Amino acid sequence: MPLVNGGKIVDDGFVKLAVDTPLPERGDILVPAERFLGDAEGLLERSGKVGVIWPNNRDIAELVPYLGRIAAVALVFPTFRDGRAYSQARLLRERYNYRGELRATGQVLRDQFVFMLRAGFDAFEVKKQADAEAFMQTAKRYSVFYQPTGDGRITALHRRMQLRHSEGVGT
Amino acid sequence: MYAYDEIDRTLVNERVSEFRDQVKRRLSGELTEDEFKILRLQNGVYLQLHAYMFRVAIPYGTLATNQLRALAHVARKYDRGYGHFTTRQNIQFNWIKLAELPDAVEDLAKVGIHAMQTSGNNMRNVTSDQWAGVAPGEIEDPRIWSELIRQHTTLHPEFSFLPRKFKIAITASDHDRAAIKIHDIGLRLIKNEKGETGFEVLVGGGLGRTPFIAKTIKHFVHGRDILSYIEAILRVYNQYGRRDNIYKARIKILVHELGIEKFSREVEDEWQHIRNSSLQIDDEVIEDIRSRFTYPAYEKLPHMPDELRQAAADPDFEAWRKNSVAPHKVQGYSIVTISLKPTGGPPGDATAEQMDALADLADRYSFGEIRVGHEQNLALPHVAKRDLPALWKALDKLGLATPNVNLITDIIACPGLDYCSLANARSIPIAQELTRRFANHELANLIGRLHINISGCINACGHHHVGHIGILGVEKNGEEVYQITIGGRADENAALGTLIGPGVKFDEVADVVEDIVEAYLALRERPEELFMDTVKRLGVEPFKERVYATR
Repeated sequence: MPLVNGGKIVDDGFVKLAVDTPLPERGDILVPAERFLGDAEGLLERSGKVGVIWPNNRDIAELVPYLGRIAAVALVFPTFRDGRAYSQARLLRERYNYRGELRATGQVLRDQFVFMLRAGFDAFEVKKQADAEAFMQTAKRYSVFYQPTGDGRITALHRRMQLRHSEGVGT
Repeated sequence: MYAYDEIDRTLVNERVSEFRDQVKRRLSGELTEDEFKILRLQNGVYLQLHAYMFRVAIPYGTLATNQLRALAHVARKYDRGYGHFTTRQNIQFNWIKLAELPDAVEDLAKVGIHAMQTSGNNMRNVTSDQWAGVAPGEIEDPRIWSELIRQHTTLHPEFSFLPRKFKIAITASDHDRAAIKIHDIGLRLIKNEKGETGFEVLVGGGLGRTPFIAKTIKHFVHGRDILSYIEAILRVYNQYGRRDNIYKARIKILVHELGIEKFSREVEDEWQHIRNSSLQIDDEVIEDIRSRFTYPAYEKLPHMPDELRQAAADPDFEAWRKNSVAPHKVQGYSIVTISLKPTGGPPGDATAEQMDALADLADRYSFGEIRVGHEQNLALPHVAKRDLPALWKALDKLGLATPNVNLITDIIACPGLDYCSLANARSIPIAQELTRRFANHELANLIGRLHINISGCINACGHHHVGHIGILGVEKNGEEVYQITIGGRADENAALGTLIGPGVKFDEVADVVEDIVEAYLALRERPEELFMDTVKRLGVEPFKERVYATR
């Protein structure tokens, strides 16, 4: 499954561990929430980056004490119809000021890229190669946004205010 | 009328090009039907029994004449020459071809119409009072706020994949014509003691197989906070609404399971985090939206023009005027409801010719504006009283002057088994038969206000729970069976109807309705006592006895 990060297809530096996979000595790891919470300090002391795979039905606030020390949070879309992780993503970015990698996993398809970017995701495990290749093109599909989110793009309402004021200056 | 600016136009055009690409990928096989399904639903495209159905939004029920003509054009060019107005200020086309859909969407985008989020598990078309801006006594034009919320809910990055569909309705009048109490969020525009605009917020209304009347979650949310408050409700719902069972996924179930107190505490907690954010709306933003609504330059006209006085001699005109014409906030003007319920016709249908002709009449007599109401009728909101006789003649020629608004033949019905793949039973033929049974307008007038609502399955698109007489078609042992309720209502005193007894067969439905009506006529205390009031006074028992005595 191709990983898109920073708008490009890249190699995944993280190794995903299951609940019971032996811990590799070195290297960056992504671990399930349960395993992470069971031994957070142990995992964080290890050399190599640690990321957490967080299920979409668990309160993201539980992760808050560790946010400054983890390198990635992978949120899950079991199917693309299940939108819970959008709320988790916005909470991480906008309420808890998480600045590390925020990865979308599961059924990640082209037609969700814009929503995901707006919610704060910056890395995408894309289901289909063709969708991953179309990432940049798809991400630019929209230039107008009605809602303010943490991605900082200017909303339609504010753009209108700017236009109003600049017109005001001219008259 | 709200006029799109360049920003709104850009977004809709970007959506059109995205949808064109999605249809192309589906037709090439790059997208599976399962993947495409959600994408098409988000653009108003259902797969029905015979063909794709295309549902187009008419936000808060306001249409300009060029928009109505564009709908007529879509009906003619891409469909079979007619459209069907729904209970949520949408119009549906039933015979559209997938390959042609992007063109249809593009043609509509040119006049500022879209089909975004008219289906799917997202925030649906924001609906309001079809008399908004013209009803006497209205607190403020609710369309300004409706438009603000329309924009905010369009392509929302967090709430486009909710547990289930989500509907918002707004009213600003004492008499609720927007049925806000059967919506996921109902907003009643009010002023506080300082004269500031805000909303009573109701939540958790909805019909379907587990009907609930919405409950008040907050008595006053200031206008500047309304987006953050809605966002808080949605964030709670998105995270905690059930996704394990489609029939338990609406917010009404979450509200019911948590209880309104606990649910409102959750919302309040969330809201405190986000209310002082960029979601707060300042007056300037509201003024900017308000500035793109245009209002007619009304003339100073007499209350009773000569034309009206002369026409009063014609009993047919008078019958129509008394039935279909309502007071306007400006002297000398009227609101004219246009019944889409002719005798023997499917409720809510209009042909392309009727739509075009109506657009011409609206240009001539209603400052180019048409409204769509949840009762599946249209309205001309600004007709000078002196023009009423001429308008009536023109409407009559088009078959659009049936004087049955709010009467027993003004039936709300879903498409039912004639079109819909979810339906268990036919709805339209029941409605057609009832309009024939009660075709005599004198009889209908004698009966007075009485709403019949028909749904062809438990999903309740015909709002049968809130019909004064509700008819629900179900399937039993391979046969269509109809359950009859009475005493429901959708207005400010919204209530769910009560079942009167065992279901009846297709052929018996009209007879049963006749029995109920006869019972009412015999039981009412005086002619002014409406059906609803008699049911309230006596309960269902006497009606039940009458219906089942001989069955």
